[in-house]
Amino acid sequence: MTEHTHGNCENLLGSLSEYIDGELNPELCAEIEKHLAGCENCRVVLNTTKRTIDLVQTPTENPAMPTDVRERLFKRLNLDDYLNPK
Amino acid sequence: MIKPMPPEISLEALVAGDRAEFARLVDAYSDPIYRLGLRMLGTPQDAEDVLQNTFLNAMIHLPKFEGRSSLLTWLYRIASNEALMLIRKKKPEINLEDVSPSESDEDLKPLQFTDWSALPEDELLSGEGKQTLDRAIHTLPESLRIVFLLRDVEGLSIKETAEALNLTEVNVKTRLLRARLFLREQLSSYYGERLAHEVQND
Ligand SMILES: [Zn+2]
Repeated sequence: MTEHTHGNCENLLGSLSEYIDGELNPELCAEIEKHLAGCENCRVVLNTTKRTIDLVQTPTENPAMPTDVRERLFKRLNLDDYLNPK
Repeated sequence: MIKPMPPEISLEALVAGDRAEFARLVDAYSDPIYRLGLRMLGTPQDAEDVLQNTFLNAMIHLPKFEGRSSLLTWLYRIASNEALMLIRKKKPEINLEDVSPSESDEDLKPLQFTDWSALPEDELLSGEGKQTLDRAIHTLPESLRIVFLLRDVEGLSIKETAEALNLTEVNVKTRLLRARLFLREQLSSYYGERLAHEVQND
C-alpha cells in the first residue's frame, strides 16, 4: 500500500485501468483523485483512456456475419434442416 | 457493456443433445464469435475456420459442460483457444505469452497529452476515425488483443476473461492496462493532430 501514498504519475498509471473500472477501494480512489486535481497530464490520460474505451464499445456497424458463412456453418454442423428460422 | 442479451436457451436441452436448441445457440452467438475471429486473425476465411471449429467443439463437449462458467464464457473460451491455435500455426514466431506491446516498459509511459476526449462522437467515429481505431486494435500484439477484445469489446468481466483465457486475473489486468494505454496513445496521435488542425483553422 505504501507505494501509493505519494500518488505520483507512475502510480496513477499503474492503477488507471482499475480506477476506470471502479475496482479500487475508496482510499485509493481518494488518493488518485487528489493527484488528478493537481496534475493536468494525468487528467488528460484518464479522460482520453476512458474515451478510447467508450469508442470501442460504441456499437457502430459491427461487421455482422455474412449469410453464406451462416449457411456453411449450419451445413458443417449437420444442422441444415434448421437453416430457415432465423 | 454491450453483452448480447442472453436468449432463453435451455442448457438442459443442449446437454441432452437437442439439435433445434443447438441451432438456436448458434444463431444467438455466432456473430460475436465470428467477430472475435475476424479481429484476431484478420481475414474472413480464418474467422470462418474459428467459427466452425468453435461450434463443432462445443457440440462435442456440451454433454460434459458443467456450468461452472456461463455458456457464453465457455464459448469464448473455446473460440479464443481456436483463434490462438490458428495464430500459432500461421505465425509460429509470435510470442503469445508476451504481455508487453513492445520490449520495454518505458513504452507504457504516455507521450501524448492532447485532450481530445471532448470531441463529438460522430467526429471521432467518422469514416477515417473508425478506420484509425480498427487499425490501432489490429496493431495490438495478439497477447494483448485477445484480452482487450474479450474484456472491452465483448464486455466480459475480468474474472470471465481470465477464465476464458486460462490466465490469472492479475495477468488479465496487466494486459488490459497495456492494451488500453497502447490504444490511447495511437488514437491520441491521430485525434491530437486533427484537433491542432481545427484550432489553426478557427
Ligand atoms: Zn500525474
